[in-house]
Amino acid sequence: MLGETREGHGRDAGAPAIVARGLVKSFGALRAVDGIDLDVPRGVIFAILGPNGAGKTTLMRMLATLARPDAGSATVMGHDLLGSPREVRASIAMTGQFASLDEDLTGRENLMLLARLWGFRGRAAKARADDLLAAFDLSDAATKQVKDYSGGMRRRLDIAASLVVTPGVLFLDEPTTGLDPKARKEVWAMIRDLAGSGVTILLTTQYLEEADQLAERIAVIDHGRKIAEGSSRELKAATASAVLHVALADPGRMDEASAILERSLGHPAQRSAEGGALSVPAGTAGAANAAIAALVTAGIEPSDFSMGQPSLDEVFFALTGRPAGEGQKS
Amino acid sequence: MSDAAMRRTLPMAARPPSPSALSNALAFGWRAVLKFRHVPEQLFDLVMTPIMFTLLFTFVFGGALAGSPAEYLQFFLPGILVQTVVFNAVYSGMGLSTDLGKGLFDRFRSLPIWSLAPFAGLMAGDILRHLIAATIILTIGLILGYRPEGGILGVLGAFAMLVAIGFGMGWIFIVLGLLIRTPMTVMTLGFTVMFPLVFASNIMVDPATMPDWLRAFVHVNPVSLMASAIRGLMAGQADAGAILVALIAPAVLTAMLAPVTLWLYLRRE
Repeated sequence: MLGETREGHGRDAGAPAIVARGLVKSFGALRAVDGIDLDVPRGVIFAILGPNGAGKTTLMRMLATLARPDAGSATVMGHDLLGSPREVRASIAMTGQFASLDEDLTGRENLMLLARLWGFRGRAAKARADDLLAAFDLSDAATKQVKDYSGGMRRRLDIAASLVVTPGVLFLDEPTTGLDPKARKEVWAMIRDLAGSGVTILLTTQYLEEADQLAERIAVIDHGRKIAEGSSRELKAATASAVLHVALADPGRMDEASAILERSLGHPAQRSAEGGALSVPAGTAGAANAAIAALVTAGIEPSDFSMGQPSLDEVFFALTGRPAGEGQKS
Repeated sequence: MSDAAMRRTLPMAARPPSPSALSNALAFGWRAVLKFRHVPEQLFDLVMTPIMFTLLFTFVFGGALAGSPAEYLQFFLPGILVQTVVFNAVYSGMGLSTDLGKGLFDRFRSLPIWSLAPFAGLMAGDILRHLIAATIILTIGLILGYRPEGGILGVLGAFAMLVAIGFGMGWIFIVLGLLIRTPMTVMTLGFTVMFPLVFASNIMVDPATMPDWLRAFVHVNPVSLMASAIRGLMAGQADAGAILVALIAPAVLTAMLAPVTLWLYLRRE
């Protein structure tokens, strides 16, 4: 059903959605993107995960022809990013971090404007706009000005605006930032639906849960470099086979317990966000058992402990040495 | 989310043939027209100042400046049209700066369209605004007793000239809009530049009583040249030389700033 997109807009119908080699972009002294390679196959949801300022948005803007790379090369749907930007633009759509909508216009008018820019004429433009409004549950708000839309409605319209023609690759820059949990779930469902219909989706996120929930492949970016890539399961497995979680009866002895666990297991311990528990990569159940024994010997009573797969948060901590969401200091 | 509806819509995305550059520009022009429908108050901002100027200068200063308010209005009205168009152009730069701040232009830039089309649409909106504002001011002038000796043709010629002036001046504020991130700064800077040009001109008074150095400036001030040409057209004393001289500034601005606009826009990151 998406055949016309592929035949008409991929030079090589078999080319991967995105192939990037050594992309670099500096702003003054800051190397926002510092030599990133990317291979995104067609038809997948691919997440670029990293904290604020890691270079995610800059990377995406380069791939969407909005920023010119200082070095490196890339093809998008088989078209060279620098050599044929117009062909690249014809095969992508981008929904930026800030709503790219005209607030004064109604939802329908925003979509009609884009439909006309894509070549739909007169009645066909209106019909396309109305189809999209219906698909995104916005029919009732069709004649409302966008400035009166809620955050979730805006986001839906913004994504609808990227689907006026079916893109080969859809870029979504932090699609759920600033949304409430209900709206976030809606956007997730929408993204899964789109991927189900064959659109390749490249999204950036700073939410580990989002990457975990949606993406088949995840590239972890930090300080402009790719520090890991794989499926969520692969990333977890590569970091540590298992993680020991320990909660203490007396949280006042957290520092002491942390030092004992680190010494015993040979990995840094991470504190939970609430501060009441510790997580340490533990190779085997035996090693974990010994670490718990060391705690008890020191007179520190665990109120609860368990072994489990690391969360992406713990993966990020293991890869970067600091918790996700903590901005870089550059 | 209605999954069924979603699946119904997406497969229908057969691509229409690529539209022409003109069709792109018309789509943006349509956007400008829609803005009038949704934000009619922008017209109020646009015409209130010139209306107040017209009333103030005609009835308060007119007698002292030209012997009688009626005579002064005859001199002043064509000039206030030029002032209206010049100040209007500043608002257009503000609008652009606002659009750029919201990421809307990122979407436009990621579309396979004629790069200058968004600006062509902006210009179309400006021209429409100039024409609406000029018509309102002229109507008020006619009510107050202004009589264009040049008749309908003279007025039409003057309006065509106003469009050319607005088009040329518009580029200054488009470039400012592209360079400056805050709309308020665009406005402040715009008026800082435009106020001396508008007031040190022959729009309000005959420069005969000004000091020599100022008179020398007023004579070469493009705004004076524009006001003189419009005055000639509306008074039925159209002077081809004066019209050509008045068109130099808009032509030079367009030739210089259109490429700068494109360059700034495409390089924007």
